[in-house]
Amino acid sequence: MYNLEEYSAKVMEHYQNPRNVGEIENPSGEGTVGNPACGDVMKLTIKVENGRIVDAKFKTFGCGAAIATSSMVTEMVKGKTIEEALHISNKTVAEALDGLPKIKMHCSVLAEDALKAAIEDYRKKTDGKENKAQKD
Amino acid sequence: MKIIYMDHNATTPLDAEVLEAMMPYLTDKFGNPSSSTHAYGWEARRAVDEARSQVAGLIGAHPEEIIFTSGATEADNLAIKGVAHAYRDRGNHIITSQIEHKAVLETCKFLEKEGFKVTYIPVDRYGMVDPEEVRRAITDKTILISIMFVNSEVGTIEPVEKIGEIAREKGVLFHSDAVQGAGKIETKVDKLKADLLSISGHKMYGPKGIGALYMKKGVKIEPLLHGGGHERGLRAGTENVPGIIGLGKACQKAGKVMKAEAIRLTKLRNRLYQGVMKRIKRVYLNGHSEKRLPGNLNLSFEFVEGESLILSLKDFAISSGSACTSSSLKSSYVLLAMKVQEALSHCSLRICLGRSNTEDEVDYLVEELSKNVARLREMSPLYKEV
Ligand SMILES: Cc1ncc(COP(=O)(O)O)c(C=O)c1O
Ligand SMILES: [Zn+2]
Repeated sequence: MYNLEEYSAKVMEHYQNPRNVGEIENPSGEGTVGNPACGDVMKLTIKVENGRIVDAKFKTFGCGAAIATSSMVTEMVKGKTIEEALHISNKTVAEALDGLPKIKMHCSVLAEDALKAAIEDYRKKTDGKENKAQKD
Repeated sequence: MKIIYMDHNATTPLDAEVLEAMMPYLTDKFGNPSSSTHAYGWEARRAVDEARSQVAGLIGAHPEEIIFTSGATEADNLAIKGVAHAYRDRGNHIITSQIEHKAVLETCKFLEKEGFKVTYIPVDRYGMVDPEEVRRAITDKTILISIMFVNSEVGTIEPVEKIGEIAREKGVLFHSDAVQGAGKIETKVDKLKADLLSISGHKMYGPKGIGALYMKKGVKIEPLLHGGGHERGLRAGTENVPGIIGLGKACQKAGKVMKAEAIRLTKLRNRLYQGVMKRIKRVYLNGHSEKRLPGNLNLSFEFVEGESLILSLKDFAISSGSACTSSSLKSSYVLLAMKVQEALSHCSLRICLGRSNTEDEVDYLVEELSKNVARLREMSPLYKEV
């Protein structure tokens, strides 16, 4: 068992004021993962310009941890190159939220999976022609 | 602001009169009821006897038919293991339902390991056991039927009278876990035709850690605890005197206020239900619309996960039927047994009103629900897709 009390202040803050809720119109990539029968579904849309993720929005059906990790991952990817974004894992998202109760770690996998799916979708759409981030 | 408590099926606050009745037994009147040689013991014994009568009074039993236990978990264990072990020579088959409390289900599972056979009767979509299905499950090896009176999650009132009748007709003992019914709706052992019945103090404004098992005269059980011969040798251990006094007082008070309170809570719950249905679309009732515990409401808000909704209702203490706690998100086994769609089973909220709740609180909950359901649906990727 776990207590809702175990959620960190940061998780609660993101749950209460989730960042970047919604859907980007004509996104560069989108990913929907999870399944309502299992209790968690997340849809992530990203906008990529010059190989950099310039915007990200999410919609999530799920528990507090699922919503907070969704919100956090949208914050984390903004400004990152595709390569950098691929280094984001469920663990780094959870760490950015000051941790999750152990049995809630699986909810953060949703955020990682949605990000990977959105990037995959972006790559498919650009069919390898994705323009590399400008090194400066 | 104090958090508004609406989780009365989980536990209830201690009634002030109950505490008052208990106080002397936590302080000056500390005697051991077994101390037969002095006044400290005598007064404790008298108080325990009176509490026994009060408990018996609430459920229409004789005081000698009441065994005090540490709670309903123990009462359920004592009833089921006690009968199983005492009647082993008669048969090895037990019938129960899929939606019992874990105190019954896990006890039955344990007995399966000892070689007993258990039939877990399914329920319909309202959480109701069909008495005829119980009848069909009876074999010449059946020694016990255990079906709860009121389900703690969805509030469904089971047709226990009919099941008791069938049990009696077939000569099988009948136990009912009446924890959620006793003190809230009329719970009489002769009407329910129960041979054994479990109750718990903390679900009826009494203290935690005290309960009782009713056992009809003539029924035999094997005790769980052996020792100094307390409770007619059926439950050894120096009596939890303050707890027992508290349970007795809680039963007495419940007997007095129950009828009016059941009417008030039914109205209050209907107000809540109607308020929600008027303001929020795509809400589904779990459980039975009429055969239902007065204060209980169990609702699924489509497209909104239960825990996230509870988190948003900061001013309320309520619970959810879904628990996103394991790698495979588990829904309540009660909702699953009722074949509630899995997607909806994750969206359930259990609201249990009690003595302290008011119309204002209920109206405030409707307000908060409608606000937060809208917000969370706006956030839900499933919502737009309908
Ligand atoms: C139906 C039912 N049976 C048994 C119990 C266990 O009661 P106790 O907490 O007194 O052990 C409960 C309460 O959790 C209950 O709701
Ligand atoms: Zn979750």
